[in-house]
Amino acid sequence: MLHSLHTCRYWILYALFSFTIIFGVHHEWVNAYIQLIMMFIGINIILSSSLNIINGYMGEFSCGHAGFMAVGAYVTSVLNVWLFASDRVFGPAVLSGNWILLLFPLTLLIGGLAAAFAGLLVAIPSFNTRGDYLAIITLAVNYIVKSSIENIQTIGGARGFMGMRKVVNAMGDVWDIPWMMIFVLIFTGFSVWVIWRFVSSTYGKGIIAIREDEIAAEIMSVNTQQMKITAFMLSSGLAGIAGGLFAHVLGYINPGSFTIMKSTEIMVMVYLGGMGSLSGSVISAVFFTILLELLRPLQVIKWVVIPLMLILLMMFRPEGIMGNREIRDFFPGKRK
Amino acid sequence: MDSQILIQNFLNALQWGSFYALIALGYTLVYGVLLLINFAHGDIFMVGAYLGFFFAIVLTGNSLIHLPLWIVFIMTVVLSMIATSFVGVTLERVAYRPLRRKGTNRLYVVITALMCGLILENGNLAVFGASRRSFPELIEKTIYSFGGITISNIKIMVIVTAFVAFIVLEMIIRKTRIGMAMRAISYDRVAVPLMGIPVDRIIVFTFVLGSSMAALAGVLFVTAYPVLEPYMGATIGWKAFIAAVVGGIGEIRGAFVGGFLLGFIEIFVAAFFPSTLRDLIAFSVLLVLLSVKPTGLFGFSRSTKI
Repeated sequence: MLHSLHTCRYWILYALFSFTIIFGVHHEWVNAYIQLIMMFIGINIILSSSLNIINGYMGEFSCGHAGFMAVGAYVTSVLNVWLFASDRVFGPAVLSGNWILLLFPLTLLIGGLAAAFAGLLVAIPSFNTRGDYLAIITLAVNYIVKSSIENIQTIGGARGFMGMRKVVNAMGDVWDIPWMMIFVLIFTGFSVWVIWRFVSSTYGKGIIAIREDEIAAEIMSVNTQQMKITAFMLSSGLAGIAGGLFAHVLGYINPGSFTIMKSTEIMVMVYLGGMGSLSGSVISAVFFTILLELLRPLQVIKWVVIPLMLILLMMFRPEGIMGNREIRDFFPGKRK
Repeated sequence: MDSQILIQNFLNALQWGSFYALIALGYTLVYGVLLLINFAHGDIFMVGAYLGFFFAIVLTGNSLIHLPLWIVFIMTVVLSMIATSFVGVTLERVAYRPLRRKGTNRLYVVITALMCGLILENGNLAVFGASRRSFPELIEKTIYSFGGITISNIKIMVIVTAFVAFIVLEMIIRKTRIGMAMRAISYDRVAVPLMGIPVDRIIVFTFVLGSSMAALAGVLFVTAYPVLEPYMGATIGWKAFIAAVVGGIGEIRGAFVGGFLLGFIEIFVAAFFPSTLRDLIAFSVLLVLLSVKPTGLFGFSRSTKI
């Protein structure tokens, strides 16, 4: 009872926070640019915390996270454009616009599911491949996904895919409130909650056991193969959801958005926040997204300053902002 | 498919694979000694090409010295190799060594390497701008043809250089004292410092070797495809890294074979399928290969003691 009250409190806090934001956005207290950044913060939180499952908690080195994001982005976008928008390739809208608010979360989840299955491409080789060799497999998967999309001409190939703007407009036709912001908030909360429940459960502690010592974990009856499949599918699935949101927030995607550069960006957020710290990932995603925007006037030099900062971080505080602690650890009185 | 096209593609693949092989050698050398994936290596290749460009311009564009072009070319290669070695060693001194001294997690060094690569790329972009530059033609291109098969002197030079570089490296590793020390470090990194081997000096030497191979590849690359741009090292670097892993990272022979293998896959895929499928098929083959043989072609798995 006390426990449920305890978790309830976080939900209520998050709901209040979300309502404030949605209310503020609806009454246009902040301009469209700030709104966009806020949505990117949400998406980056999903991306960095989901990559943290693999790179932080499981201690592997996955550098192809953007590939899974691409799978989710394309699956969700194609489904939505096919269902709710008239498009040159996919013809007129299949369903009436009233269904969209119900089906949009569902298409996001389907996109996530597709990305999770793409995650199997990494999960299965990971049974007997570790470390640098696994890193190369994730890299190859990133290239394979990008290259496959480039070769499917019906979804635009290298030219990219658009039409998501119409889908978002269709949402606004039903009821004119900032829907994309709402969905970003819902799915960010959902992802963080799922990851938190996963890594703090007895079952999820298995991935930490794999990081510390795989053989010992196996002896202690952790089903390492199942654990790896779960971790990779969860991580890539959530990345897929983030991709779906990303596509609809931006309104246009092309394979060039999901390169190794994007994966590197997500990796930077994970290591900035601290490996194996969920609150670290959230904090660094917020911090990093804002920093990227603040440094935008620097243009090219931005990408000299950011790596330099990370190098200095690695030298003087290699464990990142939070190390492997959670934010709760700083408030001992609040501990259960 | 007649044999002419087959042989023609074979030659193209040899040239293309030579670049991968030369870059992959750098990855594998550093990995063998330090167990570090030097992700900045692709950008070291780019730096090599740019430095080559700089020396070529200086040597041809001034009115003080007039040298025959082939001497200019050789000087460009050698100077670029020396200068790039300095860049590589500087990276090691400034970025990697402090971390190694602290004994931090290997992963942090890898991230630092990745970031150093980004700094080199974007620093170049910031300083010299995004405009492409064309490399001056130092060697006059002559094309020989034998019964329908054409081969240029540049292509021959690239292939021969790659093989010579491989043999020289192999000799250094197998026959010299310093090469023996390098092998010893990769065999047992605890005992080697106890035997009085100056580990830091060996590491610097490794970076000199790796970076000069990258510079060699860089200058040859822009001689064959005379366009320079800041991001030229990114894709080719990642691919060469993959070649090194496929061959079994840490093994000189592995890097060489892996580089040519990747070259062959890419060229022959482009010959038989639409060329947009090149990356897709090349990486799928590598994925399958690594799933079947996780340690690469020449790699061996180290047994873990429980």
